[in-house]
Amino acid sequence: MGVQMTFRKLTRRESLALMAAASGAAALGGVAPARAAGSGYLFISHENSDNLLVLDPSRDFARVADIATSRRPRDIHFNNDHSLLYAACGDDDVIDVIDVATYTVVDHIPTGRSPEAFVLNHENTTIYVSNEENSTLQVIDLATKLILHEVPVGAEPEGVLLSPDGRTLYVTSEVADMVHVIDPELGVVTQNIIVGTRPRRFSLTPDGRELWVSDELSGTVTIIDVATNMVLTDITFLPPGFRPVDVTPVGLTLSADGTKTYVTLGRANHLAFVDVATKEVESYTLVGARPWNVCRSADDRYLYVTNGLSDEISVIEVSSRRNVLSIPVGRVPYAVLVDGSL
Amino acid sequence: MAASSAIARAAAAVLALVCTLAPAGAQAPAAGAAPATPPVEFRIGYVELADDPRYDEDYAYNLIPVRPIGRPYPGAEMGIGDALQIGQTINTNFSLVRSTGTSLDEVVAAVTGFVAEGIHFVLADLPAADLLALSDRVTGMPVTILNISAPEDYLRGESCRFNVVHVIPSSRMLIDATMQFLVFHRWRNVLVLQGPLPADQLTVDSVRQSAAFFGARIVDVRPYVLSANPRDRDQNNVALLTGGANYDVVYVADADGDYARYVAYETNDPRPVVGAAGLTALAWHWSWERQGAPQVNARFEAVAGRRMADVDFAAWAAVRGLTQSVLRSRSTEYQPVLDYLLGERLNLDGSKGYPMSVRPWDHQLRQPILLATANAVMQLAPIEGFLHQFNDLDTLGVDEPQSVCRF
Repeated sequence: MGVQMTFRKLTRRESLALMAAASGAAALGGVAPARAAGSGYLFISHENSDNLLVLDPSRDFARVADIATSRRPRDIHFNNDHSLLYAACGDDDVIDVIDVATYTVVDHIPTGRSPEAFVLNHENTTIYVSNEENSTLQVIDLATKLILHEVPVGAEPEGVLLSPDGRTLYVTSEVADMVHVIDPELGVVTQNIIVGTRPRRFSLTPDGRELWVSDELSGTVTIIDVATNMVLTDITFLPPGFRPVDVTPVGLTLSADGTKTYVTLGRANHLAFVDVATKEVESYTLVGARPWNVCRSADDRYLYVTNGLSDEISVIEVSSRRNVLSIPVGRVPYAVLVDGSL
Repeated sequence: MAASSAIARAAAAVLALVCTLAPAGAQAPAAGAAPATPPVEFRIGYVELADDPRYDEDYAYNLIPVRPIGRPYPGAEMGIGDALQIGQTINTNFSLVRSTGTSLDEVVAAVTGFVAEGIHFVLADLPAADLLALSDRVTGMPVTILNISAPEDYLRGESCRFNVVHVIPSSRMLIDATMQFLVFHRWRNVLVLQGPLPADQLTVDSVRQSAAFFGARIVDVRPYVLSANPRDRDQNNVALLTGGANYDVVYVADADGDYARYVAYETNDPRPVVGAAGLTALAWHWSWERQGAPQVNARFEAVAGRRMADVDFAAWAAVRGLTQSVLRSRSTEYQPVLDYLLGERLNLDGSKGYPMSVRPWDHQLRQPILLATANAVMQLAPIEGFLHQFNDLDTLGVDEPQSVCRF
């Protein structure tokens, strides 16, 4: 408890660097009895109720915490040791920094207008954020909050992915129908790749060779050859009883073993299971209304899907591919993240 | 740990310096990625009339605006801005050429001049009669007119022309959206109030057809007059005008919008008001907040300094349709771009959810319609449950079997 007090005192200061160092020690000291990194808890952001819910799947998804954030939290990510959670808050033009031990917002990182999606670099020193209203990708130093680069991109930039070597950044532009390839060190666009209509999110295959991009309005996933930045092919989806126009893919998540990709189909209210090697759509699972994001449970046995228009999370059992539970959450759930093992 | 983070901070500070020294450098690589050959020009024409009465801001007495405030041109400019990255990627420079005529002759001359300069697509912000006359006078030229502000059904029906693409929804599409809403809510008995203008008669005709199609019932059609004369009270007093009938909802056909704004809260029976006031059907409304609409609104407001209206949306969508067609057809030539624009694969994103495309039978852009109050979008049509054998968007407007358009 004493450790926690010390920790909180530090977090009130502006120095994130100090805090990052302190939180590592604090976590080892057992800050909050109910929680350690790898708790398996779900963290869910809500666009309209301006909060993050923390649920414990081992206790029937009981609410562990309800964290008030800045307005319109969307994309969320942990730092490497899961001591901090970052939440891009689109209506206040900040990324909230949340102390995972105390479930409180301890700092804000100012961004451009309407930050939507972001990633941290692998060393957790830099944040790459797409600002959908002023159409830029910002490179922000976490310790100083200095904007190192502001890269002009196509309108409504969204998905952001950093290559495993940290040297290439990919950003989608929903309006310009392209993927920008960015050198994060120089802060410049090095290439543009035309994909389907309204590209949203990314997934990189485990071998690092293929970049998968969801195209919301053409109802496809475009596959880019990372070596050449050329489009290899695309995947189309059609759950039974739907028409192509209903299929609006957004979220992409790899299975634990890297052999499947889970794709949320938006208005078609289904989750698709795609084989990574053959690129065949194997099956569809009915979820709630307008699913956008999907993530794996800590033990990889379940998938959690946010249903933006029915204010709930669908729980899918991976082995049977069945929708086994629906959990009511806040208004317009956007992202779901699991505090898995480090 | 502390040392390495200090180093990182120092490096970051250096980087920040480099960044501030080279703001132009951020732009260079996109240009650097493009070929060294000069970009291909793709210019889009834009014509309008200087004294178009539809934009008369001082319309109502006491100078109260009852119209969209401002011309739709900023919507077209925004479309060009949205295509900047596309242009850089495919080495094409998209631009607008605007011409404001004082007469139809001047507009025709401007379009003829455009064609001579190699401009083949022209956005037209013209009243229906002028639009029709323009399309007839440039028939045979390699030019396609994109109608961004004339909703009249006859332009898509008996007076349809092959060289016109209608980006603004037809009146019938708007009325069908409203009728779907009424039928969905089981407000099937409709009392219609009709204004004195020819356009109001056309609206009433479409309301009758739409009601018959969707299974609503027109209880009565009652003409109103915009007057304070007590002798006309059975035609100007809303309470009297809406008495003595059993209805679920009042539909106001008022192209002016000046009478309609005083109908709600004055009806004899406590019934909702739709049509020209109350719940209105629109191509766009600033309070639409899904499918990326907040970003569209923010970009428009940055360009125009005001909120985005339906005609602004149409201008934006028209330019987007053209830039998309250039991108996807991989051409800036007239015929390939036109073929793509008119083709089934257009797949145009209008931030209204469904991909939009042009109906081959009357060249109307199929699109969702917003049903909005003053500050909220209540529904997006097609409304759930209204299905079509090919494309649910075709439950809005005149479908192929019913169309009288023959190109």
